[in-house]
Amino acid sequence: MNISTEISDRKMKQRLLKDKIFTNVMIFLAFLSGVPLFLILYQLAIKGYRQLNIGFFFEEAPDTMEAMVAVANNEIIPGGIANGIVGTLIIVGLASLIAIPLGIICGTYLAENAGGKFAGLVRFIVDMLQGVPSIVLGVIGYIWIVKPVTNGFSALAGSVALSIMMLPSIVRSTEETLKMIPGTLKEAALSLGVPYHKVILKVILPTGISGILTGVILGISRIAGETAPLMLTALGSTVVNTNITEPSSAVPLLVWEFYNDPNLVNMIWSASLFLLLLILGLNLSAKAIAKKWKVQY
Amino acid sequence: MPTEQKYKENVVIKNPIENIESPVLKIDDLSVSYGGDKYAIQNVSAGIAKNKITAIMGPSGCGKSTLLRAINRMHELYPNTHNKGGVYLGNENIYELNPIQLRRKIGMVFQRPNPFPTMSIYDNVIAGFNLNGIRLKRSEKDEIVEKSLREVALWDEVKDALHNRGTFLSGGQQQRLCIARALAYTPDIILLDEPTSALDPIATSKIEDLLVKLKKDFTIVLVTHNMSQAARISDYSMFMYLGELVEYGKTKQMFTTPKDKRTEEYLTGKFG
Repeated sequence: MNISTEISDRKMKQRLLKDKIFTNVMIFLAFLSGVPLFLILYQLAIKGYRQLNIGFFFEEAPDTMEAMVAVANNEIIPGGIANGIVGTLIIVGLASLIAIPLGIICGTYLAENAGGKFAGLVRFIVDMLQGVPSIVLGVIGYIWIVKPVTNGFSALAGSVALSIMMLPSIVRSTEETLKMIPGTLKEAALSLGVPYHKVILKVILPTGISGILTGVILGISRIAGETAPLMLTALGSTVVNTNITEPSSAVPLLVWEFYNDPNLVNMIWSASLFLLLLILGLNLSAKAIAKKWKVQY
Repeated sequence: MPTEQKYKENVVIKNPIENIESPVLKIDDLSVSYGGDKYAIQNVSAGIAKNKITAIMGPSGCGKSTLLRAINRMHELYPNTHNKGGVYLGNENIYELNPIQLRRKIGMVFQRPNPFPTMSIYDNVIAGFNLNGIRLKRSEKDEIVEKSLREVALWDEVKDALHNRGTFLSGGQQQRLCIARALAYTPDIILLDEPTSALDPIATSKIEDLLVKLKKDFTIVLVTHNMSQAARISDYSMFMYLGELVEYGKTKQMFTTPKDKRTEEYLTGKFG
């Protein structure tokens, strides 16, 4: 009896050791996957923090000459990315205005008609849409809006391209959220004599609000950093522009422009840092909303 | 099939409508199908007595829930349903009414408590009014909420937490809240689909007491899996089997001297 316990004790020690090694390797690997984000943040912060002053948010992008002089004198490049920030707000805001209602309605339809043939087709198309390369959406925006509607590059065209891009994530997150809501809630409302449209608007959608909002915010954060479609639609602008039928700048477009101008290269870091923090912030708020507004049923 | 034949002869009540004096609801030769030629319930006729508790019993899949749901047309939520025969509330065939109006007259409580999770206790009780866009004065709302919650004996337990979410209550409290929500609208009839099957015995007995009290103001139709529950609280009982209403009569009589052999076998636990 004693012998056998001793053997198993030794084995047990081995097992515990293996267990420990395995756990630590896993922790290490998990940590490793988080490293790139911190490296990027570190890199951008170190190189870009000097540019981040009040003017960075409220002044338009500098022109090449100004920047060249500043760099030659070893000064901070004057100006900021206000034209990009305003452009991003307008383009993304307009894209959201188009995509959010459409996406929620479509997602609700899919959830309510889960087995339907037409719903299956719509679901398939939405899934395909998710895979369309973003540059192709830019081409679509160009063909649909730039040429026939605004007669030239415009923020509106950028918004349309981006709205198509964010649509699938809203549709699918709405559908998935609503599918999780127990059918008994709908029955409860219908049994009170509540008309169907009010059941959807006042009971089902409010119950799924956290999931839907999470999808919306993730959709926004996905398009906020998108560059390719905007190159063919919004084009870019050196001044703050609030007219949606005119070319407009956007933060990711500015990063691209800074990259192409040797005198402005130093602005890349701060603009990228800003963009990254914006998107991280959106993602964090999506998580916070999902947690805070979660409806218990 | 001699035994089959014998059962058929044993069915004494051919048209049970006549057995109930001044029924508030008449089910007339009702058959319901969820699609195709297969009927979930077949040729059911019965009158529902006013201010009494009528229990519908039977083994799983016998059509008792379908019968209950056919009374406020909730079965129509499934696609492809069709039915023959009619259900009369007063002189109106409910299948000629608008289901939305009908459901305001015939309330329903479900198997699992299902308070609206986004609403407070208060808003849950008043939901029938709010969701239907009926505007009431604050004082009227307060009155309806208090009256309804008192009727389900929940007022004292929740009166200090009226504006908390209903989903934080216990299962039994939630179910009483759901009953209050159905009552608030003062329907003529309340349908309950196994309202205690998800609850513990104490919560169950509270709900049973409640139903017995409520019958003075409402007509109650109850589907139950639980024979002793039917025996305890119902005045009339239906026994359904394979979509057919086998026997319908006074509960006392059915439990002591069932007229049909199948009823007897079910009640004595030989099947079900």
